[in-house]
Amino acid sequence: MNFDPRYSGRSFSSVGTRPIRPDGVDKVTGRARYGADFNMAGQLVGRVLRSPHAHAVIRKIDTSKAEKLAGVKAVITAADLPDLTDGDAAMYDILDNCMARKKALYDGHAVAAVAAIDARTARQALKLIEVDYEVLPHVTDVDEAMKHSAPLINDAIFTEGLEEKPVKPSNVYKRTQYGHGDVHQGFAEADMIVERSFKTEQTHQGYIEPHACVASVNPDGTADLWVCTQGHFVYRQHCAQLLGLEASKLRVTSSEIGGGFGGKTHVWAEPVALALSRKAGRPVKLVMTRDEVFRASGPTSATSIDVKIGARNDGTITAAEATLRYSCGPYAGMWAEIGAMTAFACYKLENVKTVGYEVLVNRPKTAAYRAPSAPMAAFAVESAVDELAKDIGMDPVDFRIKNAAQEGTRASYGPVYGPIGIGPTLEAVKNHPHMKAPLKQNQGRGMACGFWFNFGGQTCTDLNIGMDGSVSLAVGTVDVGGSRASLSLVAAEELGIDYSQVKAVVADTSSLGYNDMTDGSRGTFSSSMATISAARNAIKVLRERAAQMWDIPVDDVVWEKGHAVAKGEKHGNLGKLSLKEIAAQSGKTGGPIAGHSELVADGAGVSFATHICDIEVDPETGSTRVIRYTVVQDAGKAVHPTYVEGQYQGGAAQGIGWALNEEYIYGKDGRLQNPGFLDYRIPVCSDLPMIDTQILEIPNPNHPYGVRGVGETSIVPPLAAIANAVSNAVGVRMTHIPMSPPRILAALEAEREG
Amino acid sequence: MRYIRPQSMEDAVGLLAGAAGPAAILAGGSDLLVRMKGGFVEPELIVDIKAIDGLSEIRETADGFSIGAAVPCAVLGEHAALKKAWPGVVEAAKLIGSKQVQGRCTIVGNLCNASPAADSVPALVAAGARAVIAGPSGKRTIPVEAVPTGPGRTSLAKGEIIEAILLDKRAPHAGDAYQRFIPRTEMDIAVVSAGVNLTLDDAGVIKSARVAVGAAAPTVLLVEEAAQVLIGSKLDEATLERLAKVCAGACRPIDDKRGTIEFRRKVAGVLAKRVAATAYERAGGK
Repeated sequence: MNFDPRYSGRSFSSVGTRPIRPDGVDKVTGRARYGADFNMAGQLVGRVLRSPHAHAVIRKIDTSKAEKLAGVKAVITAADLPDLTDGDAAMYDILDNCMARKKALYDGHAVAAVAAIDARTARQALKLIEVDYEVLPHVTDVDEAMKHSAPLINDAIFTEGLEEKPVKPSNVYKRTQYGHGDVHQGFAEADMIVERSFKTEQTHQGYIEPHACVASVNPDGTADLWVCTQGHFVYRQHCAQLLGLEASKLRVTSSEIGGGFGGKTHVWAEPVALALSRKAGRPVKLVMTRDEVFRASGPTSATSIDVKIGARNDGTITAAEATLRYSCGPYAGMWAEIGAMTAFACYKLENVKTVGYEVLVNRPKTAAYRAPSAPMAAFAVESAVDELAKDIGMDPVDFRIKNAAQEGTRASYGPVYGPIGIGPTLEAVKNHPHMKAPLKQNQGRGMACGFWFNFGGQTCTDLNIGMDGSVSLAVGTVDVGGSRASLSLVAAEELGIDYSQVKAVVADTSSLGYNDMTDGSRGTFSSSMATISAARNAIKVLRERAAQMWDIPVDDVVWEKGHAVAKGEKHGNLGKLSLKEIAAQSGKTGGPIAGHSELVADGAGVSFATHICDIEVDPETGSTRVIRYTVVQDAGKAVHPTYVEGQYQGGAAQGIGWALNEEYIYGKDGRLQNPGFLDYRIPVCSDLPMIDTQILEIPNPNHPYGVRGVGETSIVPPLAAIANAVSNAVGVRMTHIPMSPPRILAALEAEREG
Repeated sequence: MRYIRPQSMEDAVGLLAGAAGPAAILAGGSDLLVRMKGGFVEPELIVDIKAIDGLSEIRETADGFSIGAAVPCAVLGEHAALKKAWPGVVEAAKLIGSKQVQGRCTIVGNLCNASPAADSVPALVAAGARAVIAGPSGKRTIPVEAVPTGPGRTSLAKGEIIEAILLDKRAPHAGDAYQRFIPRTEMDIAVVSAGVNLTLDDAGVIKSARVAVGAAAPTVLLVEEAAQVLIGSKLDEATLERLAKVCAGACRPIDDKRGTIEFRRKVAGVLAKRVAATAYERAGGK
């Protein structure tokens, strides 16, 4: 059956309401099962030995003493994970990152692992593994790594994307370029030009739940994996490929998830746990410590960005240019490219050029972090935009409104926009009471815009109607932010029944077809589309059954508000049949009633947000406090407004931490100095004000309800909004994130000394 | 690993003195248990001192206060007389960790952990607190600043246990205060800190002063020169500026993940000014 995904402009009775989430009671009572809460009879404890060196050749690993320790059931090294990637370079990097093969490439890189009967034995066994390292010079800074004199991390990397292939290898994996027009011409037309360089430090997604899994490889070649992940189908593909298993013989079940933010889109511990289980012949539980989470999983790129923007005195931007250097960890990545695509996406530009460089460093492999790469680019661009508005003498909101992209604008990264929300978010900010709130001494206000693409992707969903008329919805996208509630609302809406009649679950990989993972803000967008499709398929069956019960042609049966209704006067005497009544008779009318859907959710609508914040700075210590914060963002259609607001607030909270205090700090020895929440300073509750939100709804034309993804865009503007606020509070332009108290105080002292 | 919960100080001292392998004292455990879990220490013997008579009490004596080694910091905040006499010491103790941690952690533990960034120590040093030590060769009492000798190191000999902290009875017109700098609002460790204790005469002139700076050297600094700056003044603007300069100059900080040398110097001075003003006000100065 053909599914029409176009926006229909319909009215809603369930969608847009705020019922409690189906997983809520379990979570607040501690019953919810997270990654570490699964257990199997006879399970072993897995532990990983990690390199203390930032860069070292692994000459030899002697595991014999560990193997002889009583209670140790398996010890593995890279030799137990043979290379089955068959020339797939990206998969080879994942394999090498799971277990170092020839070189340890960062402090924390896994080099061996053990499975033992208890944690104490496993810890002792790790101490008995002897690794002979040849320590090499290392580089952790993105700018340092680009220098010719920098230690070479991978001698097979010859910069791609240059006109000629370089003759020598380097730490620059790739150069990419986006834009249109002629920036030289554009700058020549400018009356005022701002040109600045910016840096941002590396941050971690900071999810509260560490990576955790239980792996069980069975003698018959089947295997099970229980794991905390954003995408169990993707984990299945990756693990099956790396271990040489058939995908359908590996069943992956996703647990509840204590935060992912992009960091749980990537396998680290899971192939190791499976390899340990395979060798030991017993199930293995592997839970990373917080130290391991920081040293070996996650982080986003550290960046170094140059921005140049020119404008005429009337406020029209004539040209915009940026060079973006993003760290990728020790492997190839596409992080600078995403930064180069998003940097100027908010604006209507005649002449724009962005260049990205992917830079290898001796740090953990960069992973996605909520709108990956966009916040840093927005920080640099929106800081320069603010400064340019000031130099021209225009209000920063008016300046942005004048240059905002709109329907029909050719985006700096290529496509032509449909209906978009950047202009409306700016107008909403201009009229927001926050903009008129009085500021006290040492306080400053800043605002900034942000963009994110959003993603759709492969989706498969089942909707089953029980004989009691209750509806079970099985989805394949992991619920990271309340999507089971949202999808239940969508099923209720489409079927015309009450929310309480629907129960949504996240099905395992053996129960549904392939689903892309919950990333790209796609969970609710794509699975709601699939849910609508599945519900419509179920309605077709319901109509057929009603027709059978009435003994009339199915074409004479319509579905209205949860009931089959016989249309036309010839059936005038028939009362309508409820979903429950039809379901009760299903055993006699053809068996169970269900709707299935499989689709590629195209047309994820792009998303824009504008944030406002007020910051107070203590000029004697450089200490900052967020006084007020407001998020205005386009949701397309807010299916469950409370969880949309939660996403807006969550992105702002993470952005505040990133802007002010969070950073990876490496010592001269290349070791991470702060792998814990004490010294990696995410904000605590009392650090944050109430974050105000305003949802705009500019329907996405490519979704039946107009839904756009909402999860990621909210982390894009905060770095810039806060930097603009701090700069306005202290009168010094802040160009280095995080703006920690020592950095602010140093900037103030430099200014005082002139 | 052996865990023993002796009933008397003699038994505790005997166990520690006789330990063959690494031994640890357990009171609140907010440092010890974290270090054990992180794999940094693996004691062979743990002596839990919480069952020892008197160690969980705050006693008000003719000379002042005696705070037992097992008294949790939260209890300090519930002791009205102590809070009134030594608000700076109590506010410092109530900054350690979180509410939950304060229900377990002790000021003696904070002192013996010997971190230069310990919150209660600058306040105790400024207050002129003394530590009563029980050991194999009897008891001795020393100033608290003589306990830590460097990061993670103390002057305690094998078998010695601090059983109490002594604080003097308050003279009239006296006040103390403590502040630390952290980038967050709570749940953090001092980047730099300052404690000040003042006694005024009837006219509001500072008669005696003690100034301590934390997280600015391998141990908490008692800045004698800063005290001399304050004595004889009514804490005017010029005195505060000199105090800041002297405190900044006394620091011997390091660059690390929590702050830079420059930052610690500057902020040590800023905090000393702010803390002195609070202590002066608490002492009744205007």
